[in-house]
Amino acid sequence: EFRRFSLERSKPGKFEEFYGLLQHVHKIPNVDVLVGYTDIHGDLLPINNDDNYHKAVSTANPLLRIFIQRKEDADYSAFGTDTMTRKKNVLSNVLRPDNHKKKPHIVISMPQDFRPVSSIIDVDILPETHRRVRLYKYGTDKPLGFYIRDGSSVRVTPHGLEKVPGIFISRLVPGGLAQSTGLLAVNDEVLEVNGIEVSGKSLDQVTDMMIANSRNLIITVRPANQRNNVVRNSRTSGSSGQSTESSLPSSTPNILGNLQGEEESDEEDIVIEDSGEPQQIPKAAPTSESTESLSQIELLHESTQNGFLPSSEVNLNHSVGSISMECEVPEQGRKSLEEDGTIITL
Amino acid sequence: MRRFLRPGHDPVRERLKRDLFQFNKTVEHGFPHQPSALGYSPFLRLMAIGTRSGAIKLYGAPGVEFMGLHEENNTVMQIHFIPDQCQLVTLLDDNSLHLWSLKQQGGASELREEHRFTLKGPPGSPPSATQVTAVLPHSSREVLYLGTESGNVFVVELPSLGVLEDRTISPEAVLQRIPEDNCNRRSCELVEALQEHPKNPDQILIGYSRGLIVLWDLQNNKAAQHFLGSQQLENLYWQRDGSKFISCHYDGSYTQWPVSSDNRQSEPLENTVPYGPFPCKAISKIYWQTTKNGLPYIIFQGGMPRASYGDRHSISVIHGSQQTAFDFTSRVIDFFIIFSSDPAAEFDDPSALVALAEEELVVIDLKSAGWPAVHPPYLASLHCSAITCSHHVSNIPLKLWERIISAGSKQNIHYSSMPWPIDGGTNLAPDPPQRDLLLTGHEDGTVRFWDASGVCLHLLYKLSTVRVFLTDADPNDNMNTLGEDEWPPLRKVGTFDPYSDDPRLGIQKIYLCKYSGYLAVAGTAGQVLVMELNDEDAEHVVDHAEADLLQDQEGYRWKGHEKLKTRDGPVRFEAGFQPFVLVQCQPPAVVTSLALHSEWRLVAFGTSHGFGLFDHQQKRLVFVKCTLHPSDQLALEGPLSRVKSLKKSLRQSFRRIRRSRVSSRKRRGAGGNASEVQEANAKFDQDALQEMELAPVQRKIEARSAEDSFTGFVRTLYFADTFLRDSSRHCPSLWAGTNGGTVYAFCLRVPPAERRMDEPVRAEQAKEIQLMHRAPVVGILVLDGRSTPLPEPLEVAHDLSKSPDMQGSHQLLVVSEEQFKVFTLPKVSSKLKLKLTALEGCRVRKVTVANFGSCKTDDYSENDLAVLTNLGDIQIISLPFLKLQIRYPCIRKEDVSGIASCVFTKYGQGFYLISPSEFERFSLSTKWLVEPRCIVDMPEVTSNNHVHNNSGTENAARKS
Repeated sequence: EFRRFSLERSKPGKFEEFYGLLQHVHKIPNVDVLVGYTDIHGDLLPINNDDNYHKAVSTANPLLRIFIQRKEDADYSAFGTDTMTRKKNVLSNVLRPDNHKKKPHIVISMPQDFRPVSSIIDVDILPETHRRVRLYKYGTDKPLGFYIRDGSSVRVTPHGLEKVPGIFISRLVPGGLAQSTGLLAVNDEVLEVNGIEVSGKSLDQVTDMMIANSRNLIITVRPANQRNNVVRNSRTSGSSGQSTESSLPSSTPNILGNLQGEEESDEEDIVIEDSGEPQQIPKAAPTSESTESLSQIELLHESTQNGFLPSSEVNLNHSVGSISMECEVPEQGRKSLEEDGTIITL
Repeated sequence: MRRFLRPGHDPVRERLKRDLFQFNKTVEHGFPHQPSALGYSPFLRLMAIGTRSGAIKLYGAPGVEFMGLHEENNTVMQIHFIPDQCQLVTLLDDNSLHLWSLKQQGGASELREEHRFTLKGPPGSPPSATQVTAVLPHSSREVLYLGTESGNVFVVELPSLGVLEDRTISPEAVLQRIPEDNCNRRSCELVEALQEHPKNPDQILIGYSRGLIVLWDLQNNKAAQHFLGSQQLENLYWQRDGSKFISCHYDGSYTQWPVSSDNRQSEPLENTVPYGPFPCKAISKIYWQTTKNGLPYIIFQGGMPRASYGDRHSISVIHGSQQTAFDFTSRVIDFFIIFSSDPAAEFDDPSALVALAEEELVVIDLKSAGWPAVHPPYLASLHCSAITCSHHVSNIPLKLWERIISAGSKQNIHYSSMPWPIDGGTNLAPDPPQRDLLLTGHEDGTVRFWDASGVCLHLLYKLSTVRVFLTDADPNDNMNTLGEDEWPPLRKVGTFDPYSDDPRLGIQKIYLCKYSGYLAVAGTAGQVLVMELNDEDAEHVVDHAEADLLQDQEGYRWKGHEKLKTRDGPVRFEAGFQPFVLVQCQPPAVVTSLALHSEWRLVAFGTSHGFGLFDHQQKRLVFVKCTLHPSDQLALEGPLSRVKSLKKSLRQSFRRIRRSRVSSRKRRGAGGNASEVQEANAKFDQDALQEMELAPVQRKIEARSAEDSFTGFVRTLYFADTFLRDSSRHCPSLWAGTNGGTVYAFCLRVPPAERRMDEPVRAEQAKEIQLMHRAPVVGILVLDGRSTPLPEPLEVAHDLSKSPDMQGSHQLLVVSEEQFKVFTLPKVSSKLKLKLTALEGCRVRKVTVANFGSCKTDDYSENDLAVLTNLGDIQIISLPFLKLQIRYPCIRKEDVSGIASCVFTKYGQGFYLISPSEFERFSLSTKWLVEPRCIVDMPEVTSNNHVHNNSGTENAARKS
């Protein structure tokens, strides 16, 4: 069954209201449904909270295609990247030619509370031989599930090849977050942790850094298996001079755009006042120049003030990540994507 | 976060930082670890101690200290001062000789290595040919005589250390000039001793190990006289007038020999085995000291009956009918006698015996009746019982200082009143700016109070908590009981006693209020004692209270140690700190945190199970709070079940040992070895890398969770008068931080002074903060409206601090091992943070607020956080903006015990253990710097001085 209705783009309202509206237009007031939409890449993505609802509305171009399924017989695995590309017969209007990276297909498991668990980021600024992986630990009970060890790797230096100590992934725990993402593998060399180079640091130091960042861990690795690297098209990889020097980890920019603003996306501390209910500790009036991220509560608050579309920074990151991964899409698409990015990051 | 990554480039601030912060390791306090050699210069009145790690330390008058380090880090075997010079020669176990000088520079003296030299034999000769066994610096100050294993005596020129080959005294030359009977080539095998004639510098005694002794005439290059001992020789000593000498032997005997020019071969005057007739151990060194009354002092090391007392470390003093065998607590390295060095004096007139044992220095007053010990002003054995914790209190009020000294002096009555006999050099350091106390807690249940104001760490007073408890040891087992008819006449000397009667007595936490004289100490078995300073002896009952920290948690069994049994009835306490309340935590787990508020009369304590608050005025428990996670079985069962980590820690410690063998000790005052250190470090890294490749160690990467073990472990407790509930009323509060990143805040109601005894103290939980990164909370601090840390209790009442600002809003600083976070109060909202571990991979081990004054102006000072990380770095972090100011490497990261022992002072200094017996003192401040500054002037050399008796310096304490 198809229904077509209109929404005011600038005032999408809350997800709850939208959900009610859907139930109303479909005349299924008491049926639990899963709501999904197709994004600009043709991915079927869930709508289950204000953030991804707003995201969906904001990316509608101009139509927003919504799919609803009965919750009982919902196919969770339908969500994810590439999902709609595979079902080409379903969609045509929002689809774009899309030569996707050879990233393994990610199954998004919990549509009820959709959150990314991992992503590859900063593909545009990293050498091709490196991969920057973000693991989102919070919100899941899954252990991070990996081990690191000392080892040595060979580097190109002005004095020729040199053997230098390095940190490597030594083991992935089956069922752990690290393994389930498929982005990290045994013997991958760890180059950076949340933007900070590990060279010169001991195994214990790197362990402590990773644990300290465990709620929002960004690891830059040189995969042991270099065959699955992102292949850029001729235009971007034209500057291949960059990738030759890329074997020197020092050539990797230390602090990258993606890492600064989101440094603080870990959960806020909790306070219980006078044996009351636990609450997240809000931030005291942030300084105006602060690029530090805000807790979700404040974000909502601020966004209503400014009239911008609210968005949880989680999704924000994700989308920024997507943009950078897809920098090889044709000029036209690229432009519109950038616009999306601007709106969100404002 | 980014602003923390880039150091600020504000030039004004950078300049100010230079005026405020400066890192120096200033002085080592305590007793050198593993001493191996001793030397003394009667001329300079300086003593030198060498160690197995190649350090050499010189001590004179209190405050006069020098230190040097041999680059080889080899054991120092012998130390000899050059007569009448500011020079000394050291012999290392790699057979190298080093010439050191005290040079004056910028108004102070410095110890510097001038030359080094290794004796080389002819090509093809075995290494033993040149292995130095005895060293004699000649009184002419021109040459050194070196006796070797081959029996040769080489002559080396000073100060160039060049060999004068034509003057070598070979065994062949010696044998040619003495009759063949009983003598063969083998009798000249090894030179045991070389001694210069006290009156005739042209003659030296050469003692060979097989018993042959030759008086060698240096002018004519011939043997003036020879003496045939039947026993293996250990050492020689000249009588002051040169008419006799004494030899001591392997079989525990000593022999006197007459010296006369007309007798080519002499027979012994007297041969004695002092502890015979049964077989005795060797006498390794002997002194023969003449006195006016004609009775000599014979002082020797060893000689005990082999079977019954062979394990004793003794030095015997015989003077007429008096005889005492001083029984040392550890192996005697060497000893010397201080006697009249005036060459014109007729007699030796010994005044003191100075003995260096492996673990302590003991000085015996030979002039006073009963030969009492002298209390050394330095070289204190910090480790006489192992140090378990330390606490530093700056700027002690004079009144309290005097009372502690007076209590201590009552404990020291058995010491001699003799002034310290080693008094060379002049201390130029300014008087310490303030009176500082360092309190060390020990395994045997004692707390030692050290004067840490200046260069000499000096014991003021010793407090024992043992009397409160019933232990197996009989307190009346006095070590100084001396039976009348006991033979040998042993007398225990020294204080080193590493064997604790009961490990539960160990002191874990100390808190002293310098204004009120209240002291709280807490120990291994959950005991918390509150004490008060009393100038008189007193007998009273110690009140007991139990704090059940598990409360309603049920079904758990404590598998750890039991609580200590207490003594019933009144207990007699000597003058000093006397306990009046004992709070016993249940289960009796080790006390992990302690805080005392002397104004409110409250003491707070925490263990791995929870924390409690005790009102020591009303002697009433106010509340307890269990912090234990119900699933945390490990914490419940006690320390015994922590075996799991043992394997890991064993492996780590082996690795540490291996590394520390090669590790270089830091060197003071010598530049230019930074590159060597780097080289050494590079080598380490390589070695470490290879090691890792052999046995890969892996580390699990996992976020902390609420279910982790020991999350309830209370790490820090803090009292503050602040705004907890609303911004209009402030009230007393107690804060506690746990290992699992939880902070609890309790609102306290303390009755006003006039009703203090009538109304109970009440407490109510007001806040609980859970840090989501769940790292252990190691520090809690409240900043007032001016962002200044709240003053200590009673500080304002004593007009020593401005009252805190109660108008502006207060801020809470929570320091975890990983992050620094500032929250607003009373409504908790996060304001600032510094994520140290995420940025640098290091974790906070110790943190203190320190006040830094500018060295340029007197009117500027600021409060910062001094932080020690697990990598051994010290960082200074500004308050209240949490900006990293400066970072200094301080302790090797492998030195876990050094890092654990570190304690900061309130004025930017600190101490950490570099060995079980030594504190390194360091300073972060440009203003407060306690370091030795001293000068050694050459005493005037009289023309006839070069013939004086210098035997004090010569000792052939050869280590086998």
